[in-house]
Parts: sequence; C-alpha cells; structure tokens
Amino acid sequence: MTPFRTLLAKELRCLFVSPVLYVVGTTFLFVSGLIAHLMVVNAGHQAVRLLQIQNTYARLNLNELVFRSLFDSLDFVLMFLLPILTMRLFAEERKLRTFELLLTSPIGINEIISAKYMSVLLIYCGLLSLTALTPALLSLSGSFHWAPIVTGYVALALQGGLFLACGVLGSALTENQVVAAFLSFGMILVIWLIGGLGSVLGDGTLGTIFSYVSFTEHYDRLVRGLLDAKDVVYYVSGIVLTLFTAHRVVDSHRWH
Amino acid sequence: MITVRHVSKHYGRHAAVHDVTFHVQKGDVLAFLGPNGAGKTTTMRILACVTPPSEGTAHVAGFDCLEQPMEVKRRLGYLPETPPLYQELTVNEYLTFVGRLKGITSPRLPSRTAHVIEQVGLGPVRHRVIGHLSKGYRQRVGLAQALIHDPPVLILDEPTVGLDPKQIREIRGLIKSLSGSHTIILSTHVLPEATAICTRVMIIHQGRIVAEDSPERLSARMRQSDKLSLTVKRPSADWLDRLGTLPGILNVFPTAQRDTCTIECQLGQDLRDELSRFVVSHGYGLLELTPLSLSLEDVFLHLTQREERSEGNPADPGPDAPATPGERAAT
Repeated sequence: MTPFRTLLAKELRCLFVSPVLYVVGTTFLFVSGLIAHLMVVNAGHQAVRLLQIQNTYARLNLNELVFRSLFDSLDFVLMFLLPILTMRLFAEERKLRTFELLLTSPIGINEIISAKYMSVLLIYCGLLSLTALTPALLSLSGSFHWAPIVTGYVALALQGGLFLACGVLGSALTENQVVAAFLSFGMILVIWLIGGLGSVLGDGTLGTIFSYVSFTEHYDRLVRGLLDAKDVVYYVSGIVLTLFTAHRVVDSHRWH
Repeated sequence: MITVRHVSKHYGRHAAVHDVTFHVQKGDVLAFLGPNGAGKTTTMRILACVTPPSEGTAHVAGFDCLEQPMEVKRRLGYLPETPPLYQELTVNEYLTFVGRLKGITSPRLPSRTAHVIEQVGLGPVRHRVIGHLSKGYRQRVGLAQALIHDPPVLILDEPTVGLDPKQIREIRGLIKSLSGSHTIILSTHVLPEATAICTRVMIIHQGRIVAEDSPERLSARMRQSDKLSLTVKRPSADWLDRLGTLPGILNVFPTAQRDTCTIECQLGQDLRDELSRFVVSHGYGLLELTPLSLSLEDVFLHLTQREERSEGNPADPGPDAPATPGERAAT
C-alpha cells in the first residue's frame, strides 16, 4: 500500500467512527430532501393554479422550478456544513500530538494533505450522490432535461471541493477545532461576498476581477446548464491554490 | 551512528539549544539528563527531523537530517513525550497503520506487528481501542510504534514516564535488550534510570551540554575526595577526635547516630585497612565500614547548580527551583 492509500484509509476509518460525519451527513441529506420536497410541492401548487385559470395541464419547467432552486439552496447549506466536516483534519492531530508521527514517518506533506483532502472529498461526493434520489424519483412522474441537472451536480461537486479545500486550510491554521471551523467558514464567506462587491463595482477592471474571484458567477453558470471550461478551471485552480497554501502552513509549523 | 555538530535552535530571541556537539557510537545507549526545559526534547526533535536546526548539522546513520530527511526517517524510531496515538483505532489497527506508513511491505507486516506486540507486552489488549487503555499500556503502544519498522536508531523521549515500578522494570529491560543492536538516545529526569540502562550520560542544562561521560566516570570525575561510612559498636566520648589523628584522614563528620560517622580521606588512598585495625585496637567494635560513592544525582545537582551560580545567580535554586528562562523552551 502506498503512503497515500494508507493515510486515506486511516482518515476514512476515523471519519466513519466519529459522530461528526453522521451529524453532518444526516443534516445534509435531511435538509436537501426537505428543500427538494418544498420545491416540488411549490411546483405542484403552481400547476394546480394554472389548471384553475387556464383549464389545461401546463408543462412546468421542473429544471427551473425545482432543481435550480434546490442547487442554489444547497450552496448555502454546504457553506455551513462542510467546515464542520473538515475542522478536525489537522487541528485534532496537532492537539493530540499525533502529527509528530506523520512528520517522523518517511512520507511527504503533499501526501498528508492530499490524503486528508481526498478523504473528505470522497465522503462529500458520497453524500452528494445520495441526493440524486430526488431527480431519480421525480423522473418517474415528471419530465425534465437531464443535462442541466448533471452540470448542476458538477457545480455542487466543484463548489464543495472548494469549500473543503478552505476547510483543510482552516484546520491547518490552528489547534482548536472550533476556531478551525470558523476560519474556514470565514474564508468561504469572504470569497462569496467579494462577488457582491464585484457586482457593485460594475464592469470596471476591479469589478471584473472581484466577480471572477468569487464563486457566485461560476456556480450560477454551471447550475443554469452552461458547462464552460473557464468555470471548471476557476474551481480547480482555486482548490489547488488553497491546498498549496495549506501545504506551506503545515510546513511552517515545523519551524515553531 | 549519530553525529551532531554545533547545533543551535532559536525560538525568536530565545535559544532552546545552544551550540550542542556530540557523537553516539553504534550500539550505545545515551541518556539526556537535565531539568525540564533544558533542551532535551528540542534536540531529539531535531534528530527526528520534526524541526530543523537553526544552525549546525545533525547526521543520523550517515544521512543529514535537513538534506535527506526521508532516509533518516526510514532508519529512526521516535517516541515523543506524548505518545502519538489515534484513540479511535485498536492497538492492532494502529500498529498496522504505522507499519505501512514506515514502509513495511505487506507480506512482512503481520509478523512485524505480532513481534512488537509480543516485545512490549501488548498481547492482552491487542484488539482493544487505544482510547480505552491505561496510561501504562498507551506508553507501550507508543514504544511499539517506534519499534515497528525495526529501526537501527531509536529516540525515546521519557520512555518510562507514567508507568508503575513493575512496568518501568520491564521497559528498562526491553531497552537494555535492544542496546547493542540498536543505537538509542533517551531522555529522562529520573537519575537511576540513566545509571541503570545507559552506557553514556549527557547532562544538558539551559540548552548547553554541561557534561558527557559514562555514569560511573561522571561521578568519579566529580569526586574530590573519597568518603567512607563507619559504624562501631561501643563508641567512646572522644572517638571522633581520635579518628581524626589517623594519617591520611582529612575530615571526620558526625552523623545523626552517635555510633556512626562519615570519614573523608584523600582521593585514591584506601584507608579501610588502617581504619579497621585502628577501631579494633581501641576496642570500639567494628560493625560496618563502607565506601560512599557520589551518586549521579549529586553530580547532576552539582553541575546544574554550579552553572546557575556562575551565571550570576547566587541563590541556590535546588532541584525544585522555579522556571528559569530555559524552561520556556518548547519541550
């Protein structure tokens, strides 16, 4: 077994025996299910109203009415939940002094960070795949386009990936798990709000830069069904940059 | 096997380790002795490639700790002050995990794990979760973790701390059995431990090496005179004064018991024969005559306190002295 796979297996093992995963997982699945339910009920009400007014069965745009709103709301849920999933990654190891074991083993910091990141990413993608139950069930009784839903899931995966990378960085910065969660949440919030600043500043150079740095625009395009390389590049480079910063932070601890 | 040359480690303006140079031969057991915060842990962390030195070079098994840390880490077992244990894993899972991290190949892993479990006496708890183990067992798991890849060099930071006397004896026995084939550095502030298992002792104080030698030679070096303890059956009123007249005797100190005294005589001069004849001829009745050797504890206190006095701190701090600036050193 390579060190990466050893570390990944251990991280997953520790995640599965800790209550954090179950709390985060249950909350995520419950909330996403609830939102989907509300959106479907809402779409049903609209259909009834149209039937009363026009006396015809309307063909509702479920992509717009259900899925777009669902993806937009899940974005917020992830902002709160994912830092809780990542907070223990490094903070706990440093608090319990187990990090010295990793530092004195013949493995690189690259492997440590990538294994830890991959463990939470796998868990997150697993949770995300469970929410695919909503479109699967809905496809039995309604009709909609699958392509925007697929790009929506790509968006959610990339968005979550970015949030998890922020979580890894937040956890690397401190020994305290609560502080780590808040740091990651703060980072995500800042990246999000920069987008707001960008739209206030308008189409100037600064406004464009701010809008690009924030994930709002990129996420929105993907959810609307536009799979653009530009947006994928944004997420991937964001994740790599954040993890690289985490690498530097972890490396710098050795000097203290 | 281990060579440290002019190594210093600064934290800001504070020097945790200052210009430390030493050498450990293959098969030696070296003890770092010193008060808390003396720089023992920092030196060990530098050797284990956890933290890089600010100045100087450290070599383990011929590899530079700064340039070739991977090669050093492969040949080194490190037990930190707090054993690095994952509470949620069982002993077996944990050791398997560590074994894989250290690069043991899959076919060898089960036999290595079984071997170290046997070696440190973890058999009864091998399937228990580490979080539920007692302090003694956790310390043993920590030791097993350092031994799993059978490294030629072992660095053990206070390996017997928190164990009961029986466990301490077992662990000391284990370390002793490893010496010879392994090169071991351990830190301790329990002095008999250093005497019991180490071939060399290095006394560190405020980040500097104060003395380095074998335990016996260290105490001999500190001795300026030989001391004897004498107990007689029928002491007369002036027996101490009479003893003082014997040639070669420097001083006679009375003790709490009237029939016992401590005799200080010139270094290298064995007066036991003359003393016994003197006592018998005066009819005191000889009961006991033993040479007193300076314990390592005396040497340790002597050295560390002399250092403090020479640094313009005339008050004798004693062993429980409050923190000196050196105590803040990250241990």
